[in-house]
Amino acid sequence: MKFQIEDVTVYFPYDNIYPEQYSYMLELKRALDAKGHCLLEMPTGTGKTIALLSLITSYTLSKPQNPVKLIYCTRTVHEMEKTLAELKLLHNYQVQHLGPAAKILALGLSSRKNLCVNPRALAAENRDSVDAACRKLTASWVRMKAAEDPETPTCKFFEQLERVDSAAMLPPGVYTLQELRAFGKEKGWCPYFLARRMVQNANVVVYSYQYLLDPKVAGIISKEMQKESVVVFDEAHNIDNVCIEALSVSVRRQTIDGATRNLDKMMQRIDKLEEVDRGRLHAEYNRLVEGLALRVDMPATDAWLSNPALPDDILKEAVPGNIRRAEHFIRVLRRLVQYLEGRLETENVEKESPVAFVTSILNHAGIDQKTLKFCYDRLHSLMLTLEITDTDEFLHIQTICDFATLVGTYARGFSIIIEPFDERMPHIPDPVLQLCCHDASLAIKPVFERFQSVVITSGTLSPIDLYPRLLNFNPVVSRSFKMSLTRDCICPMVLTRGSDQLPVSTKFDMRSDLGVVRNYGRLLLEMASVVPDGIVCFFVSYSYMDGIVNSWNENGILKEIMQHKLVFIETQDVVETTLALDNYRKACDCGRGAIFFSVARGKVAEGIDFDRHYGRLVIMFGVPFQYTLSKILLARLEYLRDTFQIKEGDFLTFDALRQAAQCVGRVIRSKADYGMMIFADKRYSRHDKRSKLPGWILSHLRDAHLNLSTDMALHIAREFLRKMAQPYDKTGGINKKTLLSEEDLKKMVDGDTNDMLY
Amino acid sequence: MSTGQVIKRAKYKTSVKDPGTPGVLKMTENKFLFRPNDPSSNKKLEVEFRFIQSHKNTKEGSNKPPWLNLIHSQGHSYIFEFESFPDLHVCREFVGIALGKSGDVAKAVPTAISAEQLSTAEMELRIKLLREDSKLQKLHKELVIAGKLTESEFWATRKKLLDKDESRKLKQRVGFKNSMIFDTKPTSDGRTNQVTFNLTPEIKYQIFALKPAVHQAFLNFVPSKMTEKDFWTKYFRAEYLHRTKNAVAAAAEAAEDEELAVFLKDDEILESEARKKVRWVDPTLDMEADQGDDYTHLPDHGIFRDGGKEISEAQYQLYKRTFLQDLNRQGAVVLEGRTLDVDLEHPRTVAEALARTRQESDGDIEQERLNRISQMTLIEDLQAQDNHCFAPLCIKDPREYFDSQQANAVKTLDDSQVGMEQIKCSLPSDEAYGSLRVSISNLKAMGSRDPLVSPEIALTILNGLTKNISSTKYHLGKNSQESVLDILPSTTKEQLLDHWTSSQELLRHYWSSYPITTPNLHTKVNRLKDAISQIYSKLEEIKVSARSDLRHQVSLIVHPMQQALDAALLHYDADMRRRTARGQKSNGYV
Repeated sequence: MKFQIEDVTVYFPYDNIYPEQYSYMLELKRALDAKGHCLLEMPTGTGKTIALLSLITSYTLSKPQNPVKLIYCTRTVHEMEKTLAELKLLHNYQVQHLGPAAKILALGLSSRKNLCVNPRALAAENRDSVDAACRKLTASWVRMKAAEDPETPTCKFFEQLERVDSAAMLPPGVYTLQELRAFGKEKGWCPYFLARRMVQNANVVVYSYQYLLDPKVAGIISKEMQKESVVVFDEAHNIDNVCIEALSVSVRRQTIDGATRNLDKMMQRIDKLEEVDRGRLHAEYNRLVEGLALRVDMPATDAWLSNPALPDDILKEAVPGNIRRAEHFIRVLRRLVQYLEGRLETENVEKESPVAFVTSILNHAGIDQKTLKFCYDRLHSLMLTLEITDTDEFLHIQTICDFATLVGTYARGFSIIIEPFDERMPHIPDPVLQLCCHDASLAIKPVFERFQSVVITSGTLSPIDLYPRLLNFNPVVSRSFKMSLTRDCICPMVLTRGSDQLPVSTKFDMRSDLGVVRNYGRLLLEMASVVPDGIVCFFVSYSYMDGIVNSWNENGILKEIMQHKLVFIETQDVVETTLALDNYRKACDCGRGAIFFSVARGKVAEGIDFDRHYGRLVIMFGVPFQYTLSKILLARLEYLRDTFQIKEGDFLTFDALRQAAQCVGRVIRSKADYGMMIFADKRYSRHDKRSKLPGWILSHLRDAHLNLSTDMALHIAREFLRKMAQPYDKTGGINKKTLLSEEDLKKMVDGDTNDMLY
Repeated sequence: MSTGQVIKRAKYKTSVKDPGTPGVLKMTENKFLFRPNDPSSNKKLEVEFRFIQSHKNTKEGSNKPPWLNLIHSQGHSYIFEFESFPDLHVCREFVGIALGKSGDVAKAVPTAISAEQLSTAEMELRIKLLREDSKLQKLHKELVIAGKLTESEFWATRKKLLDKDESRKLKQRVGFKNSMIFDTKPTSDGRTNQVTFNLTPEIKYQIFALKPAVHQAFLNFVPSKMTEKDFWTKYFRAEYLHRTKNAVAAAAEAAEDEELAVFLKDDEILESEARKKVRWVDPTLDMEADQGDDYTHLPDHGIFRDGGKEISEAQYQLYKRTFLQDLNRQGAVVLEGRTLDVDLEHPRTVAEALARTRQESDGDIEQERLNRISQMTLIEDLQAQDNHCFAPLCIKDPREYFDSQQANAVKTLDDSQVGMEQIKCSLPSDEAYGSLRVSISNLKAMGSRDPLVSPEIALTILNGLTKNISSTKYHLGKNSQESVLDILPSTTKEQLLDHWTSSQELLRHYWSSYPITTPNLHTKVNRLKDAISQIYSKLEEIKVSARSDLRHQVSLIVHPMQQALDAALLHYDADMRRRTARGQKSNGYV
């Protein structure tokens, strides 16, 4: 359908639209007009992605004089694929209606591992090996060597791409990763480098958060994105955690050992180079004197993860004198590693601020703050000079330099915590020195500054006023949309007791109680016998899931459950989990349904949809609080309290509830879909917990469903499923439209019937 | 039938409550005798089977004792309580045969009339079917034994019943049980330090399916390196080690014994299979792709020990196969289903057959995968709706339906009151009614293409039915549970039902014999015609003999049956007339 939103003609690939999608577009359009950032919460299952994509592409189509580029960030590769598939649908529609003028170039960008087509590099097992294998074939000096000696292996895909050079273009269209690979294979061009090159020209780029947020990556990939871009962070409820992770480093024993080995190896190389080609080291020295931390004209294949700190600071200053010479730099690093090793040998938990830590490094190892700050780039330069291609061998020393640079750069918002062992397993000594970031705004600040509009959107951003504080920005639009439902297609319930009326909870003192374990088991068993199709269960942690599944196995409940449905489980092994999910879907397609056990905060909870028959019921066993005794969490809470005046308890509850909401939100994908959500913990019945749930769940949570026992929940489930199986009017009747056609929209714009909107 | 007689101990009871007289029950081909243990008792019995109308028995597993109830045609019954269910079954079967036979003998129409030679197996199957289904038996008795239909004609229309039993096994292959991993667990008696593993061919097969490495090892080791028994002993030793969760001990043992190590190690075949499968997985699920994409998995990147993350012990990873992984594997195997159909007796053959099936390759999955993604991305309810209007069907009380139908019936009488009637009718939703009206008027205007029945006829039938139904309803009053049949005396009801089934059967045969092309068909039609007219007259009798207050109802019921029969008879006459008019050709020639 086609309709006007103010001065923009929106092309929407469906015949109908939900009213909230329309309002969402309206708000988004206003934010784009204002060239500001916005924060939009819209329930899952209301077609956020398609609304967003069609508005922004249509916005560009309506204003060809100043086109905006869309940078769409997803958290996972499969979400990237999903987004691109939706975009493709939209693009086909737009081309069909507007002709070739509507053609755009949209592509997804991922790591070499997901894009490489060279069988030789692909034979490597994980990403870093693929990266290293690729470098071995494509690094500039390897290619130079190959020019002299044809025996040196190179990558034919990359060579062919280089040969055609700027003539290598992707024709307009929407490319998923798979299609990109297919295209590369067909043309004989390296898809990875082609994509990297096309990113500058593409109208829509879809990639992972890290490509923008992690300064190491962002420096290379997102450097040249123009200011007139709209950056979208989808499913952004965890964005603060991503930001924090991007700027945090931990150093363990293995790191120290590895770094020491790396340094030995580098020293050997330097010695060798001294003998063979002294000129190269000298050239590097001269370059560093001139203050260019990096060769500007560096070929793309040599690009490395760039400096974790803000790049501008570095380029302006010259590299300090004491680390310009290679052997001096190695010596500085050795002292640093030794110092860190000494710090690791502690018996108590220590907590320090970066300033104190830097001072202590200066006193004990004689390395000043400025030197620390330059470590990362200096290492980078050295590795290029030494022509080190197997970068994955040198990860440890990179970590150390990363750490040094961060400590040298930021004086606040961080803390250094040294722990001799994990509190949950005090018998295993595993010392770790962690530089942890507490301030999510540090990593995202450059994004807000550089780009015209940043859209942060998710199904769960409640409370919506917290995010601007956490991320330290001023949105021009900040709205939370409710869901207009044709019928009550979601049925949230709070289950507080088992059939025996004993309370259930995963509270620390209750979780191992056999009665609770049994009641949880009975709940699942009863539900499995009533609910058709898929059931998804979320547990608070892997260890809890492991424990409870084992005890269900021991007392026979699991066997009974498995008489009803097949059971699949998320494990920490991603391959296994992926296959388990695939099998789960197959089982659901067969018709009898299946049960999937998953973990809140796990990979599955973050990005896999259990829509339609893949999920008719979600059970959230317990409240997914973080491990509250963690020193890092405590440090972060302290920082939040001091800086943003956010109470610890509030933050913990907010965090747990957003995870829970995220988990249960996986079942709904459209209004034709339906699903039940059971919050199985007595603590959910308390107002302070419950009220943190997003509005679209709360509005369906009836008072009668706040304090249920298993048998009552079972009854409600039966009734609900029976009701949902009836046919219904999808447009929502006459009084309250929940599905708008083109005509409805026209009428709405003409007459001022905004009351229909949300 | 083969033994000729059966003798069992039983108690004879005159009624259910009667404690019973112990004695001996003797059954011969055409009668049964009961001799009480106490010779002075007067409960001696000697009854011929031809007086026995039917028999009933209690089910095994119900909490009732094994009773056989033989019902005399005069209404009273003989109940025998046996000592055990097997006894009961023997006797029941005997009675079944004897009853069938007594009919045969009485009417002296041997089944051998059929031209075809039946194998004994087929014969047995037919007898079994008859025995299982008393209604069928009754029909058989009435039609075949009375000579109205031949045996083969009777069964020709029931081919499905005959086929079913043999094909049933082939059609559906039984899959794996979802409790495989529980089956292969040992049992321990709890007192001694011993565990017992029960190993059946089925379990061996399951183990092979679940664990390709064990399967591979079996192919490699047995029988060249060790005996089968040793193999399994070793396997279960490994399992036991694994179950005790003592990874250190497992590692130690594995280091000493390389064969044992095979079982303890992670399954390499599974791993490589998994890697292969992951490539074909739906990209919207592919979490493996993320591993390379976010940089958080780099060692020491991010927060190592924050509250949200999990801890895991990396030590002895090699020997740590978890229960959760087993569950996933089982799910996958169950889903895949049983891939081979061989005798499970010999593990070697099973193992080899299984190895063969594993080699099949995946076909053109790529395309299917793409299709699936595009399907998944569509938001279903935003698309244009196909305009199938529907009326939600919701009948809670059948009377409500009939009330509204009555209203409609009245309406047809008085078409001028259209507007009024609309309000009167109590359909649940106005819209439903509206859409129905629209579609009807559409039909009126355009007519329906290729109607099954011409509209006029359909209308008359509908009207007739509606009137009948509503009048019936009126007679029945407000008791919605009863149907007309229930108010008739049970004998009449049963007679009616019997006639109904037999007339249906006859008519089916009758119409299927036209056009008459062979002399056989000709005789069949004649035979059928006689039978039809018999039933016709019987129906007439029933109608006449019915109680006056019920006569109307009975005639309503009988009327359509008679109509159908009439049609057949008319057709017969017309056909005969045509034949004679054309001149008497040699008999059987058309």
